[in-house]
Amino acid sequence: MGFGDYFISALFLQAGYNSALVAIGAGLLGLSAGSAGAFIFLRKRALVSDAISHATLPGVGLAFIIMVAFGSDGRWLPGLILGSAISSAIGLLMVEWITRKTRLTEDAAIGAVLSVFFGFGIVLLTVIQTMSSGRQAGLENFLLGSTAGMLISEATTIAVAGAMAAGFVFLLRRPMTLVAFDPEYAATTGVNVRNIDLAMMGLALIVTVIGLKIVGLILIVALLIIPPVAARFWTNQVGKMIGIAAVIGGLSGYVGAVLSAAHAALPTGPIIVLVAFGFFMISALFSPLRGGLASALRHQRFQLRVHRRQGLLSLARREPIYDGLTIRILRRAGMIRADGVATARGRIAAEKAAHDEARWAMARRMLPDDSTIERYDGLTPIERMMTPDQIAEIDRMIQNAQTTQGAKA
Amino acid sequence: MIDNLITALGAEFVQLSLTPIVIGTLAAIACALPGNFLLLRRQALIGDAISHVVLPGIVVAFLVTGTITAVPMMLGAGAAAIIAVVMIEIVKRLGRVEPGAAMGLVFTTLFAAGVLFLEITDTSSVHIDVQHALLGNLESLIWFDAEGWGSLLDPAALATLPPQLPRLAVVLVGIGLCIFLFWKELKISTFDAAFAGAIGIRTRVLGFALVVATAVAAVAAFDAVGSIIVIAMFVCPPASARLMTNQLARQVGWSVVFATISAILGYVLAGYGPGWFGSPYAVSAAGMIATVSGVILILTCLFGPQRKRVGQQAEA
Repeated sequence: MGFGDYFISALFLQAGYNSALVAIGAGLLGLSAGSAGAFIFLRKRALVSDAISHATLPGVGLAFIIMVAFGSDGRWLPGLILGSAISSAIGLLMVEWITRKTRLTEDAAIGAVLSVFFGFGIVLLTVIQTMSSGRQAGLENFLLGSTAGMLISEATTIAVAGAMAAGFVFLLRRPMTLVAFDPEYAATTGVNVRNIDLAMMGLALIVTVIGLKIVGLILIVALLIIPPVAARFWTNQVGKMIGIAAVIGGLSGYVGAVLSAAHAALPTGPIIVLVAFGFFMISALFSPLRGGLASALRHQRFQLRVHRRQGLLSLARREPIYDGLTIRILRRAGMIRADGVATARGRIAAEKAAHDEARWAMARRMLPDDSTIERYDGLTPIERMMTPDQIAEIDRMIQNAQTTQGAKA
Repeated sequence: MIDNLITALGAEFVQLSLTPIVIGTLAAIACALPGNFLLLRRQALIGDAISHVVLPGIVVAFLVTGTITAVPMMLGAGAAAIIAVVMIEIVKRLGRVEPGAAMGLVFTTLFAAGVLFLEITDTSSVHIDVQHALLGNLESLIWFDAEGWGSLLDPAALATLPPQLPRLAVVLVGIGLCIFLFWKELKISTFDAAFAGAIGIRTRVLGFALVVATAVAAVAAFDAVGSIIVIAMFVCPPASARLMTNQLARQVGWSVVFATISAILGYVLAGYGPGWFGSPYAVSAAGMIATVSGVILILTCLFGPQRKRVGQQAEA
């Protein structure tokens, strides 16, 4: 079976029970990582999870050593997960402790904890390498993640834990949204911000330890960070953003796991991260709200409108137009002829633009501090921004001004 | 006792342990120096980001040139570091994303790309692999031709020093010189960027130069000692030093002291420590150096004379 065929069959869970379970587990993991990450992202603490993930390594090593000391082969996944959870919790508390008790800033605390815990974890790994059991093979997979040769029991553990984490996010979504979006307001409504913050970090911790085997501890932080950043492009609403981040994370985990199952040379963790980055690129370019393409289009449309407006005003004042772009725009709209003379349609449009400009000028004199005036972009017709009453008033003022001017003359 | 010491510091020591210790110390100081300013500018994690990004740079340089010589590696890693800094800036502006998240997004993605390149190309036959990238191979940087302390005066033996040693020495002198020459500007722009701008210091250029110095230190140290020491040395010695004093010059001095202690003590503990427990094997020197720097940090957090925040009530 070729790569493509295998990919398709794996995508639809037809490539064997084990890989289906792994793909579902990775999808659930991505789902909970994306949504948990969204809360942390809104709370501006994205990189705390980097410390959490690196701090898992000594726990994995110690759990292995302890299990071997008690006579097992040391590779029992729930035991390793428990060890990693304990040591990353200690790492998290260390970050909090250093930030609270000393004058070091949070980023310094994060950097210190992640490098020191990771370094100590590496020391333990070299200790394990020298242990007589010699069955440590696979422990390095916790660095970068691997689903190749995963046992059914491990895949089940991950799928079940991923489902539990997703459920946990769902249960806590309301208070966490409140705290992430507006902690002061949350506090006034009686939410215990500190506890919710702890729950948020606890959730990141759970996601991290579940993700160790699939994504690996160096890259799991990507699954907490990238989906929310991508989701932010699509919406300004907190609830929607969390949902979109969950979907992007879930798809990244699922598609990445399937891709890596379809080709032995594709390492699981990096592939999942790169799929997530692909979603980020799509969002950054194509989101209609804040995407690069949309803002480029908006900019171009704005430019066209400015040229058109200035061209029409020139027509109204019977000034010649020299700008090539302006001429092209007016000619395409049928406002001027090839020799630059205004058509009937052009004259009407020019008259209207000049009238609008005069109204705006009067409005500025009448209401210098009005918020509508401040929002005026120089292009929008006044009918769209002011009430008919206001416009009638403006017209009356213009008429008055014209009569007084006529009287003076 | 004296005999033991003489054996411990004898010819074998010069051959096997002296160069790794010196290289580790040079790397530690080279990272700690710019780390001081990164710490004060709340950019401590830039070092973390850059050391992750060095991997794809080295892999791509290898794919392009087909060799693992030092110069293309360093150029590739330096280019990757600069690309990463630019990418972080773009993500920050384009998405109006906070710096931490932008940094996390960029460095994990580039690191993932680097690992993928490693796996799908033939580089696994060469000695760059992920473990090497993380751990370096400090232990293997031995001085084959050394026959004792006398070799330090022997030009023929000195010529066979591991090339990482002179390279790191040059980088360290360069960074030290830059910090010395631009001391006043660095100091003012670090503590009061607005004032620095007002008196005509080009703070943005200076900030970028600092990141470049960071990248150079990271790249030079990376090959010899791996990224763990790099990340730890950017943060831990300066952070400990910050808790010792309120003066920048003294802080830099303390950070050099702490970096040196971490490197030497870490190497000795890794190499000889297990022997004290009856184990014939050594443990990872890179990991142990990071661990020692962490222990120093904990000690300064508990006992450092300037550990408390000033001008602000201590929290209950």
